[in-house]
Amino acid sequence: MSSATAPPTAQAGGTGGQQSGVQEPTPARRRRVDGEWVRRNGVYLALLVLVVINVIITPHFVSEGSLRLQLVQVAPVVIVALGMAMVIGTEGIDLSVGAVMALSAALMPLYLGYGTVGAIVVGVGIGAVTGLVAGVLIAKVGVQPIVATLGIMIGGRGLAIVIGGSIKSIDDPGLVALGTGSFLTIPYTVLVALAAVLVVGFLVRRTTYGRQVVAIGGNRRASLLAGLPVSRVLITVYVVSGLLAAVAGVILAARSQASDPTKIGLLMELSAITAVVIGGTPLSGGSVRILGTVAGALVMQLITSTLISHNIPDSMAQMIQAAVVILAVYVQIGRKGARS
Amino acid sequence: MTLTATEKALPTDGGGGAGEVLFDATGVRKSFGGVHALRGAHITVRSGEIHALIGENGAGKSTLIKVLTGVYEPDAGELRFLGEDVQFASPAAAQDAGVATVYQEVNLVPVLSVARNIYLGREPRTRWGTVDIKAMHRKARELVRRLGIDVDVTGELGRLGLGVQQMVALARAVSVDARVVIMDEPTSSLEPREVETLFGVARNLRDQGVGIVFVSHRLDELFALCDALTIMRDGEVVHTGRIEDIDRSGLVSLMLGRTIDDVVGSSTGFTRESHVVEGEPVLSVRGLEARHRVHDVDLDVHRGEIVGLGGLLGSGRSETVKAVYGALQTEGGTVSVDGKQLRRGDVPRSLRSGIALLSEDRKAEGVVPDLSVRDNIALAVLSRVSRFGVVSDKKMDDLVDVFMKRLKIKASSPHQKVRELSGGNQQKVLLARWLCTEPTVFLLDEPTRGIDVGAKREVQALIGELAERGLGVVMISSEVEELMEGTDRVVVLHDGGVSEVLSGQDITNARLLAAMAGDEYTEEDVVAVLGLTDEDTTPQGATDAPQGAADMPQGATDMPQGATDEEER
Amino acid sequence: MSVTMETNPGIDPEADGPVTDEVRGVRRKARAARFAQQQGALVVLVLLVVVMSFAYPTFASAASFSQIALQASFLAIVALGMTLVIFTGGIDLSVGSVFALGGVVAAWASQYGVVAAIVLPLVVCGAIGLVQGLIIARGGLPPFIVTLAGLLFARGLLLFVTDEGSVTNKVPTGSAFLRLARSELFGVRYTVWLVVVLVLVGVLVQTRTTYGATLLAIGSQEEAAVLMGMPVDRVKVMTYVVSGMCAGLAGLLTASYTASGVTTLGVGMELTAISAVVLGGTLLTGGAGSVVGTVVGVLLLQVIANLINRLGLTDSNWQAVTSGAVLLVVATSQQLLRRAQRV
Repeated sequence: MSSATAPPTAQAGGTGGQQSGVQEPTPARRRRVDGEWVRRNGVYLALLVLVVINVIITPHFVSEGSLRLQLVQVAPVVIVALGMAMVIGTEGIDLSVGAVMALSAALMPLYLGYGTVGAIVVGVGIGAVTGLVAGVLIAKVGVQPIVATLGIMIGGRGLAIVIGGSIKSIDDPGLVALGTGSFLTIPYTVLVALAAVLVVGFLVRRTTYGRQVVAIGGNRRASLLAGLPVSRVLITVYVVSGLLAAVAGVILAARSQASDPTKIGLLMELSAITAVVIGGTPLSGGSVRILGTVAGALVMQLITSTLISHNIPDSMAQMIQAAVVILAVYVQIGRKGARS
Repeated sequence: MTLTATEKALPTDGGGGAGEVLFDATGVRKSFGGVHALRGAHITVRSGEIHALIGENGAGKSTLIKVLTGVYEPDAGELRFLGEDVQFASPAAAQDAGVATVYQEVNLVPVLSVARNIYLGREPRTRWGTVDIKAMHRKARELVRRLGIDVDVTGELGRLGLGVQQMVALARAVSVDARVVIMDEPTSSLEPREVETLFGVARNLRDQGVGIVFVSHRLDELFALCDALTIMRDGEVVHTGRIEDIDRSGLVSLMLGRTIDDVVGSSTGFTRESHVVEGEPVLSVRGLEARHRVHDVDLDVHRGEIVGLGGLLGSGRSETVKAVYGALQTEGGTVSVDGKQLRRGDVPRSLRSGIALLSEDRKAEGVVPDLSVRDNIALAVLSRVSRFGVVSDKKMDDLVDVFMKRLKIKASSPHQKVRELSGGNQQKVLLARWLCTEPTVFLLDEPTRGIDVGAKREVQALIGELAERGLGVVMISSEVEELMEGTDRVVVLHDGGVSEVLSGQDITNARLLAAMAGDEYTEEDVVAVLGLTDEDTTPQGATDAPQGAADMPQGATDMPQGATDEEER
Repeated sequence: MSVTMETNPGIDPEADGPVTDEVRGVRRKARAARFAQQQGALVVLVLLVVVMSFAYPTFASAASFSQIALQASFLAIVALGMTLVIFTGGIDLSVGSVFALGGVVAAWASQYGVVAAIVLPLVVCGAIGLVQGLIIARGGLPPFIVTLAGLLFARGLLLFVTDEGSVTNKVPTGSAFLRLARSELFGVRYTVWLVVVLVLVGVLVQTRTTYGATLLAIGSQEEAAVLMGMPVDRVKVMTYVVSGMCAGLAGLLTASYTASGVTTLGVGMELTAISAVVLGGTLLTGGAGSVVGTVVGVLLLQVIANLINRLGLTDSNWQAVTSGAVLLVVATSQQLLRRAQRV
């Protein structure tokens, strides 16, 4: 990403940033120039600081095993956050991801009769279905993204528990291999996440579809006037997010060799949104930052693992995480978001 | 220069029975990030007077109003309210002091009753501190009766027509015993019948001694309602005085800053000979109707022709081109391109049929600020620069390169974000976007608004060149010389309908101004009023400036950038 | 999303003018739409109760109704607070955790007497609401993120005070605190009476106070509320405090009912509460709705749960499924009805 290019010169150049009548006067603009840098690169800085701290204070942090564990744990968050980043790029939000993970993890073991691949296809397919429902409600009916995905969030997990019952252990050799095996010492789950990064990165950066996504998020009216297929793009974005959430659900179930619909993906929406936001993708849409999102997920993961490896109890860890979320989101969008 | 007009027009004792000075603002300055929105504006509001505040977009009206009502803090200037120096910290503080505002959009709560809306925050209380509904309804009934509004105060506000809602807003404004009421384009979304009622209420208030500041772009309204007026342009007051001392055309020329001497010679980038119309029109519009905005508009554009679309703000210019493009819902009429009728309200199909629309609102409807120059240019032709859904860098670069060079777009690279470009370059990016679609009809809504002089001439030259290459162009412009020098024909709109079509030698300053002001004034009236001789009305002949217009301010061509846009919303 | 970007103001169904058949038809349609939006849940509830009374003789009994009322009362209290938040166009996802926290704190504090058991949870939960409200109103962060983090925080705090969930505080037997949720007045439980009182207060707040009107003003158009000179920030903060206290109140009543502070309660409760609010005709976009409607929504969900039980679907998660489905259906029809009202 072109991070170090010229600072905004709307002032000198003319009318660009001056339009809205309630635009705040000069001081606010000044601050934004500094804030802009933090918003763009703060996540990498935070990642660096966390790594350095851990290298110093956490024993065995720099070891193959530890590194692999970190990556395995962060993989589902990365996968979900990528879809979330695309949704947020269109100025939307997807609260249903955690429930979709539970749903796919609950469904998959029931279809193992069709073979490992068949079960995975079903598990992933349910994500596409829920995404389609959300997308159609949002793009065609005009329901707010937060409302539509909230409905799926509520119903989805309930359905997952109803269908999947309580914890089911998974002993299908294919799934177990997916969850625990590795290729050239890289765990399959990490490879899946890597593949997701590459695919979504390609979608966003290289394809016409990717341009349409950010254009719609950046300026929907202009996109409509430019004849873009706005409804279609919105629907597919939610389908992609649902698909990726379902993939994460499958991976998580395979890794833990169990499907527990009450636990899988719990609060994943919060982790994913936080990863996206601290990665520099604005909640107001118009840009999707892939690397930033990955870094954001890593930051959240490192914070968690640091707390755990130093025997901070769950309770403290949760409270600290909550504070970090608020702080990170505040740095990214504080005082700008809700006021407009 | 400005002072000449001002001094002349500041009557110490108004002839129309205006009372004491209620609100007096002088030397008000306000700038936003180096852009001067107000450079020493002033206004004097008197008791029992309806004072019109007018000016085109970017003149500074809204900023002045926001200073008066405590939304903005002025950089400099003196505000005296009821003889005391004041500085309102917030709209609430202004309201408490007795300066109430009625906004263009109804700023009330639709789910609450009329009475609750009127008294929200100042309800009469019962002993237990709850709202005394009975007393509130009684007071509200008295108030609306006093104002002459016929409405059930217990009814839900959202169920009422917009006009009545606006009057409830007015009732709320005066329920605090406001001494000054500021009405910021209160009529822009009202029907004529509703406007009449609103005026009745306003007059009623005036007769009760309230001072009213009334902002509107509809000249008929101003002349029907107001007693005094202040005209602003470029952040300054260019005229203030009694309404009966001025007439429509004089008002329009002051507002637009155009008098005959301004338009001598070529001040635009247009260098074209008049085009000879031949063959069938490429764009043909018949009987276009959009509720409350566009009435029965016909429009023909031939290949190689530039048709100007003139009119004041609110005359339905932008709405007309949007309706043609399919971006505004229409109730009737047909649009044909090359003889083939278009389906209504279908933007992608309009695009495929060869229509392009450069919107007036560059920010809200034009640029995608966080995308690069390159992506912005290619936005409407993404499928053409990609293969199997993957963007071909080479195709895109080739296309973008051509247009960046041809339009001389100044950017550090094609990958620079559009938000970082100047207004002029943003506009060129948008022109490039639409030219990529290879249109046969190009609808341009204020193509040179808010861009610097150099870019402006380039854009104008480009538009001329496009027409020479055979495009049919429709150009909306508020600038008279753009219409005079750039177009073959001008369709002037007034109140949503066509008021006059001028072509060739008939496109003169005077006739344009007369047509914009409404069709009641003939060219002779304008000439007589401005004190001009016949020859002045033909742009080519007038080499030396006529005396009468010498003290009129000039050079409004380059509006302060930013200030223009600052006002748009 | 249609491609037409601007629509003209439609026929105003209530504006006066020549009353043609067309106008009359339009008005009728618009009125029907309004009715469906505001009273839809009540109609469904009445129908469901009637049908179930015929289908299941045991349903139409005082015991059964009283059971439903009791079960509904805890959710109703949470949903009432949520209603106020949603009036402002916000959302409070933290209530489930705060509810559980309230119960745990109450059970712990009950050893110091009934007053402590009531006051302490209210203070703690109100404080969490206060912090959330301040971050939302003054920091300008989106409510859903703040309260989602609040959910996490309240759970963390809950684990912290229970030694990572290992300690379950018991209410001392014989404590007056136990009477709170277990005693009856005129054959009706205190908690149900409390809901009745809270609803009355809620209606009073909505219709007879400036605060209530300001809630709706913020939700319908925040900028308008600012321009009308209303204390928008203060009202928002206060609303999250109220929501937190309502959740705490429901929590402490649950602790009284179960005689202990159960740490695992309240998961997903925020979602059920939101469903009930929306079902009751309150717009999730804010600016319109009713307190009474929320109670109807809660009752409807409870009756549906009862039905699900009787259908033999013993899994309580069916309720979540129906809540979610109902929310989607309601949100969709609200959107469609709004179009119909606009005509």
